[in-house]
Amino acid sequence: MSGILTYALHYENEVNKNSLGAVSEAAKLAKEIGGEAHAVVVGEAVSDGLCQSLGAYGASKVYRAQAPEGLAQPVVDVMAKLISDHGYSYALFGGGLLGFEIGAGLTARLNAGVTMEVTEVKAVAGKLVAVRPILQDSAVVDSGYVSEPGIIIGRLNAFEADASSNGASADVEDVEVELSEWSTKATMVTRGEQRGAEVNIEDADTLVAGGRGLGKADGFAELCEPLAQALGGAVAATRAVVDAGWYSYSAQIGQTGKTVAPKLYLAAGISGAIQHKVGMQAAENIVAINKDPNAPIFEFSDLGVVGDLNKIMPKLTEAVKAKKGG
Amino acid sequence: MKICVLVKQVPDAAVEKRVDSGSGRLDRSGETNLNPFDTHAIEAAMQVKEGGKADVEEIVAVTMGPDNAQRALHKAVSLGADRSVHLSDAALAGSDVCATGYALARVLESESPDLVLLGQQSDDGECYTIGAVVADHLKMPSLTQVIKMDVGDGSLRCERQAEYGYDTVDVALPAVISVGDAINEPRYPSLKAIMGAKKKQLDKKAISDLGIEADRVGADGSRTSVEAINPPPAKQAGEIIEDEDTNQTVEKIVAWLDERKLLA
Repeated sequence: MSGILTYALHYENEVNKNSLGAVSEAAKLAKEIGGEAHAVVVGEAVSDGLCQSLGAYGASKVYRAQAPEGLAQPVVDVMAKLISDHGYSYALFGGGLLGFEIGAGLTARLNAGVTMEVTEVKAVAGKLVAVRPILQDSAVVDSGYVSEPGIIIGRLNAFEADASSNGASADVEDVEVELSEWSTKATMVTRGEQRGAEVNIEDADTLVAGGRGLGKADGFAELCEPLAQALGGAVAATRAVVDAGWYSYSAQIGQTGKTVAPKLYLAAGISGAIQHKVGMQAAENIVAINKDPNAPIFEFSDLGVVGDLNKIMPKLTEAVKAKKGG
Repeated sequence: MKICVLVKQVPDAAVEKRVDSGSGRLDRSGETNLNPFDTHAIEAAMQVKEGGKADVEEIVAVTMGPDNAQRALHKAVSLGADRSVHLSDAALAGSDVCATGYALARVLESESPDLVLLGQQSDDGECYTIGAVVADHLKMPSLTQVIKMDVGDGSLRCERQAEYGYDTVDVALPAVISVGDAINEPRYPSLKAIMGAKKKQLDKKAISDLGIEADRVGADGSRTSVEAINPPPAKQAGEIIEDEDTNQTVEKIVAWLDERKLLA
């Protein structure tokens, strides 16, 4: 069977958006190569409804396994068994940290080829080819698989959720899998802890985002917040500065944060790593200020300003205020 | 406790990276350096050693790659590793993630570490995956993208940012942990450490020394194949302003924003 197996991550009884994208993509591709798309849900008490709901995205069958949530290795055990038992040709993951870990584990367990950060998957003569940008997106590689199964790990937001099979309900099959000894040696202590104040950046038309180039935590209060206020927008942040404790996790853009598409995205002191880019590249207008002329962000910004934030931002704030007031 | 740190030689960030269109492999002939994320892994190992909660007998840097990959090991030793192991063999050229993870796991097996550390990603190619591949081969628990790591009794308490916020996870040793750059500020090597690095023990190994099956590595042993390399979709280059006179620069930015009705 040339089926495709996907992993559906869930939290608080809701399936992750990138997982829904993966299920939809798998359903589309399975049709092209002549097979079915099935999904795996792993957790402590996953409801029938949650599993069945994946039918709307094109999964005809959903396997439910009972195992700890939020950790990759138990899922590797479950998926490796399903792939071995049923002979899936591909395993597909939406963007996100667990997908990387599970896909990598399967690579080792099944001696399988893996392609990560995949932005597009093509069906060619009954087989899948994964398209993957490399070297800061300066080249794009078509990666094929010489054996089955092939592991495909998507980039964040690469696959769009498509609920057009609405009304369809997936068959739910409970599977029992004995976990490997080493898969039980990591235990979740706390999951999904929010750090910093709750802020809403997803609805803002304008975002002023700060990165490590601000130099210090106070850079947000001194430079970003006044400009955001003048522009009538909100403040966002990169993962590096959130991890450093400079700003709220709820304001984080990118791989493990939010995905936004404002009218204006002003990036202050942000180099523009792929992990950040995937969360904001849909912005209509991207303005970047950075002192490093070689910063990757200048390759995808609409207006790039090479210079010192400390000199430019206060004056820009005043000029915006004057313009708006006048 | 014995800690192994996986390191990798990557093209220098300041040098334009390119792919050899004939072989489909990264051109590694230019300036190279130790992968910046790996310096955080070495620092993490040093902090475990110096933290006093675990008795670290040895920190061993491990790499796989061509001859010039030795420079990554010298750098790793100058940053605090006690000795290093270099897996180098013509048969390994062109290995994909699957093959590389398998080969590295065989090296690590020969060292029997209590903890394997590595940077969460390399500057040049494979993202986020090698740690989890190696862990499954070694039958060890693993966690990637860790930004805080505290040593407990036979285990580590790790923190990382995952899909829904920060997770705290206890991981029993032996384990494989990949670290993010937020975990620490790597130290600079002293001049003495740099001078002494080449004198530290460096074992060069071939695949036959470690029982690595030749048909599971290299381009032929890889499970993926490069079908094509294409330029990225063309994107119109943005306008660039070099800030020489800030008043003028700001005027230009405001005009640009106003033209697009972003100041309404």
